[in-house]
Amino acid sequence: MKKLVWGLWAVVTLLIVGYYGNAMFLSEEKESLLIGEASYGHYQIEMVCDSCHTDPFGGPEVLQKACVSCHAEELKEGHDSHPKKKFNDPRNADRLEVIDARYCVTCHTEHQAERTHPMGVTIPEDYCFHCHQEVGEERLSHKDLAFDSCANAGCHNYHDNRALYERFLVENADQPWLNRLAEINAADSASFHGRQVLATKTEWHLASGEVAKTDLLNLQHWDQNRHVEAGISCVACHESTPGSKAWVEQPAMEVCASCHQQENEGFRKGRHGMRLVQDMAAISPGESRALSFADASLNTSHSCMACHSQQPKSERAVAVTACLGCHQDEHSLAFERSPHAQRDEESLTCATCHMPRLTDAPLEATPGQPVLTRVEHNQSANLRPNEKMIRPVCMQCHSLAFSIDALADETLIQNNFRGKPGHHVPSIDWALEREQ
Amino acid sequence: MKEYHLKTIKQFVVAGSIAGSAALLSACGGSEQAAGIAPNVYTDSLFAVMKADRTNYTKLVVKRLGPAGAGAVKPDEHWEDIPNGTLLPAQMFRAGAEAVAEMTDDFTYSLQSKWPINSQNAPKTEMEKQGLEYIAANPGENFYGEETLGGVTYYTAVYPDVAVSDACTTCHNEHKDSPKTDFKLGEVMGGVVIRVPLKSS
Repeated sequence: MKKLVWGLWAVVTLLIVGYYGNAMFLSEEKESLLIGEASYGHYQIEMVCDSCHTDPFGGPEVLQKACVSCHAEELKEGHDSHPKKKFNDPRNADRLEVIDARYCVTCHTEHQAERTHPMGVTIPEDYCFHCHQEVGEERLSHKDLAFDSCANAGCHNYHDNRALYERFLVENADQPWLNRLAEINAADSASFHGRQVLATKTEWHLASGEVAKTDLLNLQHWDQNRHVEAGISCVACHESTPGSKAWVEQPAMEVCASCHQQENEGFRKGRHGMRLVQDMAAISPGESRALSFADASLNTSHSCMACHSQQPKSERAVAVTACLGCHQDEHSLAFERSPHAQRDEESLTCATCHMPRLTDAPLEATPGQPVLTRVEHNQSANLRPNEKMIRPVCMQCHSLAFSIDALADETLIQNNFRGKPGHHVPSIDWALEREQ
Repeated sequence: MKEYHLKTIKQFVVAGSIAGSAALLSACGGSEQAAGIAPNVYTDSLFAVMKADRTNYTKLVVKRLGPAGAGAVKPDEHWEDIPNGTLLPAQMFRAGAEAVAEMTDDFTYSLQSKWPINSQNAPKTEMEKQGLEYIAANPGENFYGEETLGGVTYYTAVYPDVAVSDACTTCHNEHKDSPKTDFKLGEVMGGVVIRVPLKSS
């Protein structure tokens, strides 16, 4: 009897080990290993375990490395207020026992859907209090504020405070809610980067007379304003290899990326293209777990042409019609009645805010090269927390005060900014009081 | 004084050099020593480099190229956000401490004060409080001790941080968050705390 029990135990153990061993090392199907649904930011790649768990024997440092490999650049750009290096000093040892802020996963634990707050935070939202409790005692304005209100009331962010720090509030106080209607720069980054790439392809075909520029102007599918003016012929994109004359009906994304380098880079960082980094097909609306989408779009996989093939060619077609072809949530559906949409048909689009045109800051420009403007194709870059949108987008036309208030008003966001903010964030008032 | 053996001294000196316009930098990698250096000699040496760099940055860059000099750079708390912005001397010092912490855990250092503009830089541990009191009450002297933080024992040295330029006193005296507004040139404004993890001999 004893032998039978031991035998059964051995068989069951082997079956379990075999099942999970197969899932871990052999099978493409990893679902049985998933310990819980990943957060909104990561669910698209949750079945590619080694995108984060790069070493099966590593500890928190391994996960930290994975976080940093994708997010370090945006944290640096955002002048991260709480980088790891600020917590390395032993004088913080007592604080680290409560919240070990050296590791991203301390606050952003994955696969814990049931306790994940906005921004992917998985610890109680009074985390600021542990280190900054004296502020509540020393500043009258902060005296009776709730412990968990620091970072979710439109006043502070843990990482990116570029639009919220005190001096910035003071210097941008007392402005009219609508300053001026900003002029939107033409994007010239791809043209600059593409010049060298195309020199060997397009110019040869044009010079050899194989393709006449006037013929291109008659093609309906062609972007007459951009590619033709740049002297780009059909074969520049549709030829498989230079000089081969083998026609490719639908050029791959890599062809677009050869000139649109920065746009491609942004696309792969955002939610539309983040799967491409893991060698997966880009997400389709039907696979999304968050927003509402049009039924007809559910199986549309993302690519450059998913948006850029809209007809007739126009900025609005690419940056509004294409978006609304998939996105059917309340905010998106309210766009057409938004004051933004009614201002000028061709200038303000979904992309104006979600894929803004960013011009290199003078300090960031490469010496000897022109200051370029690109379209930020990472539509997630300024989305969460939404205060990241204040400086590059809202303040191009609106005051800081209006922008802060508007972005803190959830109703206004949902109706796509039809009306004035019904909520006031007093941070500028308090900053001005301290100046007196 | 009790003899200590330092854990290791992989990076002995972090040094800076200021050349021309606004560059301050550099780390001199050191040779590995087995043991035997007295901890106060080690921390005194580190402090000498820190103090020299800090003074040079303050006088040769901020004073010479800033608003009081050529006006070519703008030392500013929010230096990243303004054209030609450069770090305030205290920020430069902290940036060095943070950069060192990314290179080695064989020592750490920080700049603290009983009268900090940012309350996060007030003394926190008992040893920091004792040290800052001591150097303020005994001008020209340093403070040495031993403390345990997070289960690790450290040799902790505290050195006076003296106002070497009117750029220091003016900025602190005029800052709205400064708890002390009558600093004078040559006065102790705070302290540099250097920690070295120990293992007993």
